[in-house]
Amino acid sequence: MNGEPLRSKVVLQNVLGMHMRPARWFVELVSKFKSSVSVCKGDREPVDGRSILSLISLGAEQGTELILEVSGPDQQEAMNALVELVANFIKEDEDEEWSPPSLTSGGS
Amino acid sequence: MRMSDFVVRDAIVADLKANTKEGVIREMVESLRNAGYFKGGEMEDIVKAILKRELLGSTGIGRGVAIPHSKHSTVDRLIGTVGISRQGVAFDSLDGEPVHVFVLLISPQDRPGDHLRALENVSRCLRDDGFVRSLRQATSREAIWGLLDDAEHHP
Repeated sequence: MNGEPLRSKVVLQNVLGMHMRPARWFVELVSKFKSSVSVCKGDREPVDGRSILSLISLGAEQGTELILEVSGPDQQEAMNALVELVANFIKEDEDEEWSPPSLTSGGS
Repeated sequence: MRMSDFVVRDAIVADLKANTKEGVIREMVESLRNAGYFKGGEMEDIVKAILKRELLGSTGIGRGVAIPHSKHSTVDRLIGTVGISRQGVAFDSLDGEPVHVFVLLISPQDRPGDHLRALENVSRCLRDDGFVRSLRQATSREAIWGLLDDAEHHP
């Protein structure tokens, strides 16, 4: 079950790409898991999936392909959740106040 | 797009007086108005828009920095300003810490690319702890401008 990290490609479909809100949703979701997560754009250095600033610094716009790499005890669960979240970014294009349901509870 | 390309030098606030979220945002937007932007009643509208954006999720992303922003129809190019708070302001930040360095951005209504590029640039600068430290220690508008102008950050 452990050993090889998981890697998946995701494409940003929403108009604003990885701007601050999606970056924050991403980081909040990653924090629910034990596994480490890194995000890679093109041939750049991978960035830490727990850092909003790092994610935003990718400047990943609509249409950008990112590689997610997840490694740890709950890596499959984490990867599934993250891939689903990224696919849902497009919902903010329909409703600019949309937020992922599981992240709206609790504090900041 | 470097920070010195869109930050309005005359609107930099080296020593924020406000100690609340709304107060800081207001103080920074007012500074832009005093620098020649938002004639008429737009200022209130812009402050409201930025506060509304905060309700969707604080732009206090931790490490003592925040990037409050909104788009607004009255600007035809992306503008911003930098504000430094000595005492720190509670901003519902991700890490629960007060914010000392604020970069406020206002972008045109339909230019998502500009907004993302500015965020990319700002975040690259703010990832650099040394840069953030220098900003916090700067005591004048000129000093802050100098830091922004010199900042060169590589991918």
